[in-house]
Amino acid sequence: MSEAVELDPVESKLWITTTINGAKGTHLVEQRITLADFLRKQIGLPGTHLGCEHGSCGACTIILDGKAVRSCLILAVQADGAVIETVEGLASEGELTQLQEAFHAHHALQCGFCTSGFLMSLTARLREGPIDTEAEAREALSGNICRCTGYSGMVEALLSLSNEANEDGAR
Amino acid sequence: MKPSRFVYHAPTELEQVLELLSEYGDDAKVLAGGQSLMPMLNFRLLSPGHLIDINRVSELARYSLSDSGLNIGALARQRELELSPEVELAYPILHEGLTNVAHVQIRNRGTICGSLAHADSAAELPSIMVALDAVMNVRSKDSRRTVPAEDFFTFHLTSSLNPEELLVSVDLPRMGANTVGVFDEITRRKGDFALVGAAVLGTWDSDGKIRDCRIVCSGVAPTPLRLREAERYVSGTDLSQEVLIGVQQLVTESLEPTEDIHTSAEYRKKVTGVIIRRGLARLADQRSTIHV
Ligand SMILES: Cc1cc2nc3c(=O)[nH]c(=O)nc-3n(C[C@H](O)[C@H](O)[C@H](O)COP(=O)(O)OP(=O)(O)OC[C@H]3O[C@@H](n4cnc5c(N)ncnc54)[C@H](O)[C@@H]3O)c2cc1C
Ligand code: FES
Ligand code: FES
Repeated sequence: MSEAVELDPVESKLWITTTINGAKGTHLVEQRITLADFLRKQIGLPGTHLGCEHGSCGACTIILDGKAVRSCLILAVQADGAVIETVEGLASEGELTQLQEAFHAHHALQCGFCTSGFLMSLTARLREGPIDTEAEAREALSGNICRCTGYSGMVEALLSLSNEANEDGAR
Repeated sequence: MKPSRFVYHAPTELEQVLELLSEYGDDAKVLAGGQSLMPMLNFRLLSPGHLIDINRVSELARYSLSDSGLNIGALARQRELELSPEVELAYPILHEGLTNVAHVQIRNRGTICGSLAHADSAAELPSIMVALDAVMNVRSKDSRRTVPAEDFFTFHLTSSLNPEELLVSVDLPRMGANTVGVFDEITRRKGDFALVGAAVLGTWDSDGKIRDCRIVCSGVAPTPLRLREAERYVSGTDLSQEVLIGVQQLVTESLEPTEDIHTSAEYRKKVTGVIIRRGLARLADQRSTIHV
């Protein structure tokens, strides 16, 4: 059995086709490389961060086929056929999304290490519906860890989005 | 950091999965949601020669609810079941348990069967399966067997699965109209594994007594632990305040929980009594919502 493990490095690679931030491409990937490493090193999108590499911190969160997931816990080969969104795909032509603007305005980041993961978790969450209360905001934030901010800026950022939406609706 | 070398297999049929398992058995790992396996591979706590990814086996990616019960396939995701209004209505205890498993981002990938096969002693779902008398449907290339949940979990991170076997699905018998169940747990932070958790279940009969109580704990022993003495203590009563206080005392006095880096045995003893009392109090409240 062990001879199968000593595969020729070329043999141990597989072709995958993915759509990353709207761009479809085919890539030869090593079987054991995680999706996070693939995005960072092979595709050149280092905005997806790696903190713990065992699912605890959420820094590596991306959106895969519409769902927020930990990219450190998925193999690149598993993403064959998938549609992937990373933090680099949020702003279009330099224009930040409302969520990014709100983070900026409410000091929701300090060192920024955790930020891309939060933005991806929250982008997926906001597509499911608005975040109207502090409890909902804290629930939405609970799957990611931030070492700097104490989260209150992020809660404010989220609630500001909900207030804006309500004001727009009231007009 | 990355896993050591393995050969990746992506079968699309159940038969192929069983074939691969029979060929590589000991040297292979099934990859379901990856939410427990991938951390172990990344840290090289495990270095299997072969990884059998079941994510492309569409026949495993389903669950079905019928009059007789709920059948959950190996690839049904935790989040999918959690979001099903039908499942929530038929098995509120399962819904409640699922919302306590990790975070949305983990539940989006993680499977019910993966959590059962992983058999972490602090996990929510194994205790719930024991409380509901669930049955595991296990297959290998040449054999098929069913294992009652109570016999399935053998130690922390150990189930009765053999290396060449796949947990194909789990069957939950229908909860009767008068059966009520809740799950509660104590964690340091939301989404953590339980320091202690308790699945509490019982059936109200027409004379206002609770019968067939199940009290099953996570995080206090190497496997889900049924507190039979406490079950007997409350079964046949009306779950009055007196009974609730009595059972809390009984649990706190008789339990001998494990001690680990997460917390002391003493703390576990105390809070287990508390969450069991609270769970039973909720069963008492729910009596008014059912028609006997
Ligand atoms: C940050 C974090 C927090 C978490 N918190 C919790 C928590 O609070 N409570 C909790 O219960 N869990 C928690 N988990 C674990 C999570 O619920 C996992 O999804 C679950 O334990 C395993 O399911 P999986 O589908 O991801 O399995 P995998 O990780 O793919 O597999 C786990 C193990 O089971 C085996 N296996 C999987 N499916 C089968 C099958 N059908 N037949 C035979 N063997 C199989 C695999 O070979 C492997 O050994 C957490 C995980 C993370 C990363
Ligand atoms: S790096 Fe993936 S969760 Fe921490
Ligand atoms: S801003 Fe530094 S970790 Fe969150």
